[in-house]
Amino acid sequence: MFYRLAGVHHTRYQTARGLWPIPADRWQVLFLLLLALLAPFFLSNLYLGSYILPWLIWSAAALSLTLLMGTAGQLHFGFAAVMAIGAYSSIHLVRLGVPFELALLGAGLTAAVVGSLFGMAALRVKGLYLVMATLAMQYLVDWVIINVPAISGGAQATLRTPDVSFLFLPIDTLAARYYLALGWVVLVTLFFLNVKRTSFGRALVAIRDKDFAAAVIGVDPFRTKLAAFFTSSFMGGVTGAILAFAFYRAVTPEQFSFNVSIQLVAMVLVGGLGSAIGGFLGAGFVLLVPIFLTNMVTWLAAIGWIAVSANLIAHVPLMIYGALIIGFLLFEPLGLAKIYDNIRKYFLVWPFRHSRS
Amino acid sequence: MYYFAELVINGALTGLMYSLVALGFVLIYKSSGVPNLAAGAVVMVGAYAVWLLTSYGLPLYFSIPLSAAIMFVLGLLTERLLLRRMVGQPIIMVVMLTLGLEIFLRGLGPGLLGAAPKPLNLGIGLSPMIVGDIFINRAYFVGGIVALLMIGSALLFFRTRLGTKLRAVSDDHVSSWAVGISVERAIGVSWGLAGIAAVAAGVLWGSVQGVDWTLSMLLFPAVAVVILGGIDSIWGVLIGGLIVGMLGSIIPGYVDQIVGGGTRDVVTSLIILITIMIRPYGIFGREDIERI
Repeated sequence: MFYRLAGVHHTRYQTARGLWPIPADRWQVLFLLLLALLAPFFLSNLYLGSYILPWLIWSAAALSLTLLMGTAGQLHFGFAAVMAIGAYSSIHLVRLGVPFELALLGAGLTAAVVGSLFGMAALRVKGLYLVMATLAMQYLVDWVIINVPAISGGAQATLRTPDVSFLFLPIDTLAARYYLALGWVVLVTLFFLNVKRTSFGRALVAIRDKDFAAAVIGVDPFRTKLAAFFTSSFMGGVTGAILAFAFYRAVTPEQFSFNVSIQLVAMVLVGGLGSAIGGFLGAGFVLLVPIFLTNMVTWLAAIGWIAVSANLIAHVPLMIYGALIIGFLLFEPLGLAKIYDNIRKYFLVWPFRHSRS
Repeated sequence: MYYFAELVINGALTGLMYSLVALGFVLIYKSSGVPNLAAGAVVMVGAYAVWLLTSYGLPLYFSIPLSAAIMFVLGLLTERLLLRRMVGQPIIMVVMLTLGLEIFLRGLGPGLLGAAPKPLNLGIGLSPMIVGDIFINRAYFVGGIVALLMIGSALLFFRTRLGTKLRAVSDDHVSSWAVGISVERAIGVSWGLAGIAAVAAGVLWGSVQGVDWTLSMLLFPAVAVVILGGIDSIWGVLIGGLIVGMLGSIIPGYVDQIVGGGTRDVVTSLIILITIMIRPYGIFGREDIERI
């Protein structure tokens, strides 16, 4: 009963090429989904609102970015700017009286159009130069948002999100906001898992591996790269809108600064480039581990085991965050997804290790 | 007209000080192909080192060479412990590793030594120099001269025996091994030299704006300088620095009043973007030709 491959004999290609061909994986996914659906009933508001909810939304953002960076191989250091465009345009659309459902789509489209402009640089250069170009565009978008009062509502201003309803259900309680985020992240995950199995996804992978070679076998690099930026920015824009409406509920330009872009790339890399489970694990790790370790240092200092000044404690999260990135790149460049994969493969055939292919 | 001349001269001097930060970046990129995005934080560490030594009572003329030696060793160690393991990894890994180092140092320095800006007095004085009717910032003037000296000595250094080895390594790693040059040692030396350049930049910028974490934000103009000048060219650092500094002073000098400030970052971003779209390898850089 522990041998999880028992009785798995695929006789048709359809079953063999399913998303989760092994029943144990299917049960695991179902169990996690059930847990996520029931979370508002057994988790306190503190945990739900300040840990689980941001984790889900940032996972969606990491998945959008990993589609671009992991699957299509285009480096992007300005993704927070794309999310900012989504957040701001959704708020302004709702304020103009557009229904929230359409405002989300509008946010995605605006972000996708501007995000495709980021992609223009990818048509010219790649690698390090693309990093620099997207970084420069992040600064430009930030500057435009801050300095155009029509967007940000004036210098140093905070824009509160209006009350909205989604499909006639008012998004007012924490649980409602949680389900909105959960619905979006499930949608993004399903899209991400399935896009790899389409011709578009295979074209993206071909571009990642070598764009010249892809052009030789008939994949148009121009169109594919732009489509990659468009798709990923669309998802990023909607995620930004959901982040604004479901989590922050009041947006300022600093919430989408350059550091947030680096944080997103860190999530993608720590999780593992181009893997769905990596998006979730990376977002959770980068968000929660510095908080957890800082709490531990504060606690150790409080009981007097180590002497730390208040100034040092204020900088500990930054140090842990930097050390985390360095440590993962040095010791497990393939990220948490690889660690998860090793553990899963071990238990897949346990206790018959010799049967591992 | 005097206003314009003032903007040009002070901008050029600031630009020369930017190129001091960019010099470390280019030295490392030239030899190993590693973009050191921690360059700003390394400058910050250099400034902290000088401040720490002077706060122990060491005179300035002694603490600067000492921190240069310390930074040389730290540069060697960074290369040996972190970057050596990244050989053969995709560029995103290297970029993110150096960014992680930047974040770590930005926490470590202020965390250990206190976040308040530390004064670093070089004895230059605050009164501006007045030439004709033009005000020149005295600190920038000294900084510009030091930058010119450092860039000049870097150019001369590449004509020495060790410098020739570094040029060979930057041309081709495998052929350098074949003729008996230790590529690892050459790359390590370039990291050490970058550390020395960082001390010079850190001292000058620290005396201008105080020593704190904001020194690491010099990375952004330095990146603009190397992109514009060419990422593997010392001459590019000089010319790129002058252009970035002057444009970053003239344009905000006239436009800031209209749009309400902060245009210097916009100018820097636009320089990066336009250079990459028109001539990605910069003014003096070497164009990479790619094969399938």
